[in-house]
Amino acid sequence: MKPLHDLAVGDALPALELPPVTRAQLALFAGASGDHNSIHIDIDYARAAGQPDVFAHGMLVMAELGRLLTAHFPVGALRGFSTRFAAITRVHDQLTCRGSVVAVEEVGGERRARLELAVTDRAGEIKLVGAATVALPSS
Amino acid sequence: MVDRSLIGLTMEPFTVEAEKGRLRFFARAIGETDPVFVDEEAARAAGHPSLPLPPTFLFSMELDGPEPFAFFHRLGIDFTRLLHGEQSFTYHRPAHAGEKLTFTARVADIFDKKGGALTFVVRETKVTDTAGAPVADLGTVLVIRNPGLESVR
Repeated sequence: MKPLHDLAVGDALPALELPPVTRAQLALFAGASGDHNSIHIDIDYARAAGQPDVFAHGMLVMAELGRLLTAHFPVGALRGFSTRFAAITRVHDQLTCRGSVVAVEEVGGERRARLELAVTDRAGEIKLVGAATVALPSS
Repeated sequence: MVDRSLIGLTMEPFTVEAEKGRLRFFARAIGETDPVFVDEEAARAAGHPSLPLPPTFLFSMELDGPEPFAFFHRLGIDFTRLLHGEQSFTYHRPAHAGEKLTFTARVADIFDKKGGALTFVVRETKVTDTAGAPVADLGTVLVIRNPGLESVR
């Protein structure tokens, strides 16, 4: 990718391809994130709640999308990060995180890039859409 | 249905410390291998006083309050009918391991959609440091599927 201060509208971050979602990952994330809702870790509970299986925490997918940002920008440059959870992510889903620059603007004397973000599965279903604002180094 | 008169309700503030071990565990669980998030020397070399919080970790700290479900109980929300609709973070400055952060949540809005099949609860949480200075603002949209109208979603 080109240097951050050269980022321009239309530039895309290299896509982040994630390994398939596993039950072990959901269990680890439950512990690490503090979200112990059984719907994500206990198949008996999930079935009793009318789900075919456990499914991923929305915040796990958002955290992985956050890795796309921190892979390319210093974490201290993040100004905003938001997502809408569009579809449930299931065990074995293989997700891809993408982002592209939709605006470069000056806010309060700081150059910032606005990015549009999306997470999709192999079938192209959109799991999550989002946006981020990052401060750019001055050129 | 959620009582709309609860709009404006502010929850009791609570303070949580960002713990190093927890941050490493979180990094592992989300596949974050950048040493800045797990190795203090790498973090310092990058200009941080200690391990920086990954972008979404404040949401987990909010779950670590003394009564993590107080918000839902106060609103009478049945957990099995709850979906996380949206989440946002506005960062005023980076936060690091060892910091004690205070979370103050407020019910910003409650509204129905699809003829009452879905109720949306909007929570806004201000995160401040020990000096009272703003660190971040969190926005959470919770979606509740109301009984008898399952076919909608």
